[in-house]
Amino acid sequence: MLTIDAKGIYYRELNSKVRDAVSKGEKEILLKNVNGQYYIGDGLRGETTITIDGVPGNDLAAFMDGPTLIIKNNAQDNIGNTMNSGKVIIHGNAGDVLGYGMRGGKLHIRGDVGYRVGIHMKGYKKQNPVIIAGGKAGDFFGEYMAGGVLILLNLDGKKDDRPMVGDYLGTGMHGGIIFIRGDVDKKLCGAEVGITDLDNEDNKFLKEYLEDYCKDFNLKTEDIMRVGFKKLIPASLRPYGNLYAY
Amino acid sequence: MSHNFQKDISGCGLIGIINKDGKRISGGFICKSLCLMNDRGNGLGAGYAAYGIYPEYKDFYAFHIMYDELGAKTDTEEYLKKNYQIEKKEPIPTAPVEGIAIHPILWRYFVKPLPEKAERETAWLPDDDFVVRTVMKINSEIDGAYVFSSGKNMGAFKGVGMPSEIARFFRLEEYEGYIWTGHTRFPTNTPGWWGGAHPFTLLDWSIVHNGEISSYGINKRYLEMYGYKLTLLTDTEVVTYLFDLMVRKHGLDASTACTALAAPFWKNIDDMPEDEKAAMTALRMVYGSALMNGPFSILFGHSKGLVGFNDRIKLRPLVAATKGKTVYMASEESAIREICSSPDKVWAPRAGEPVIVELETGKGQ
Repeated sequence: MLTIDAKGIYYRELNSKVRDAVSKGEKEILLKNVNGQYYIGDGLRGETTITIDGVPGNDLAAFMDGPTLIIKNNAQDNIGNTMNSGKVIIHGNAGDVLGYGMRGGKLHIRGDVGYRVGIHMKGYKKQNPVIIAGGKAGDFFGEYMAGGVLILLNLDGKKDDRPMVGDYLGTGMHGGIIFIRGDVDKKLCGAEVGITDLDNEDNKFLKEYLEDYCKDFNLKTEDIMRVGFKKLIPASLRPYGNLYAY
Repeated sequence: MSHNFQKDISGCGLIGIINKDGKRISGGFICKSLCLMNDRGNGLGAGYAAYGIYPEYKDFYAFHIMYDELGAKTDTEEYLKKNYQIEKKEPIPTAPVEGIAIHPILWRYFVKPLPEKAERETAWLPDDDFVVRTVMKINSEIDGAYVFSSGKNMGAFKGVGMPSEIARFFRLEEYEGYIWTGHTRFPTNTPGWWGGAHPFTLLDWSIVHNGEISSYGINKRYLEMYGYKLTLLTDTEVVTYLFDLMVRKHGLDASTACTALAAPFWKNIDDMPEDEKAAMTALRMVYGSALMNGPFSILFGHSKGLVGFNDRIKLRPLVAATKGKTVYMASEESAIREICSSPDKVWAPRAGEPVIVELETGKGQ
């Protein structure tokens, strides 16, 4: 395992060290004393696991294609932009605009997430991006969603009085699935969002996703599944098909 | 300079620190934090506001003024002499900094409006109003003179440069304050000039802002009706004057003022209980022209506290943290951790909901 001390190092130098190590075939990298360095893991390919000790800066894991990033603390904004494959595990909270246009791979967040999480996510055939957040989410969760899976768990629901998910939930959604643990207020959703209960097939998929999530955070799937989920899907494939037709 | 610019779209970085117990800290701390976000700015503006830095002159308005040339200084000082008791005047101490090759002439004055009412141009005005009048007059009528700050026991230090350059230039390590705000700027469609750097201040109000006030035109016209003159070529200026109008003149508390500036959407008001609905409807109607549209995160500093707030759909970042009696607010969590490695609590304030921090009673005065 390679350890890089990131203390006081500018992001360019840090990321070039990481890229060098990955290109030389390093499979385990520990970044110590990270604080605010942008663009970690961006565009990286391969099988490397990078553990980050500290709070990484914005635009983590953008265009990432393969590696696993483990963040022991909170993370900031714009994680997993257009990410293609691989995994980001965040043990704390994460910020706004996570998984924007994400097209594959997984974002697992133990804590809360901010605004605009999973907007413009997309999927095709084997490409099926998944974001699972263990806490609460802000407005625009899954806005313009076109594919993939968003799961919101609200595991620590009682810790404050904020609602588990914000306004404009799935607004403009035309593909993909959102699973919400608990009840969903129809008022928060756009007209194109349908709210249903889960069937057996859904439960099977959900359990699969959650088992992987629980492994990352040492949680129990049964505990999480004990509370019922709702499924949000686009009610029509072309909700605005007639908007300009008359 | 043409005053026809309408707006400033920017991706700036901001940081604020308040010690609720009034303990004063050096400007070195906030500079260290702000420098972590260097890439949020581009060197075309950085600045700081500091509270508690002039205890020996705490009863005097501290005017920080920039002059393009000496003629502007002569004209300004002539006006000040006629209307103010000038307790002390001196150049603002600066240090040579490689990145700052040219800078305006920078002076500060500790002043009180003259008690002999007849000598004032508008004898009936209370002190604060008279100072506001003076700031507007200097900014709009004296060519090449701009007031950076005009509050008591506080000051703004700002210019064109990176955060560390501006801090070294103004020797900020030599100042101690109980509230600091800092800003690094990324101007895109208004000029990066010394007067356009943040913070924007009036009396002891100061604003640092990341984002764009798309409603600048409406806000500007509204403020002009009350005698404010918008001369600094940047949208953020309206925020400072809106707070002055709403909090000082109209007597709103900070929370209500923030609600009027980032008001709930009508669809949310429709869902409120009747009395709240009536109050919100009234607030939106009375302050319709003060509503700020567009993306923003803002820190509003004043001598007794610090307020952080976002636009209604959170189009700009803001993170808050506490450690003991200190509260931090910044564009990025890492900027806070740079100077406070293990905060007691870290959170992202929700859209439109202000974080209001006040000094403990009797502290920091």
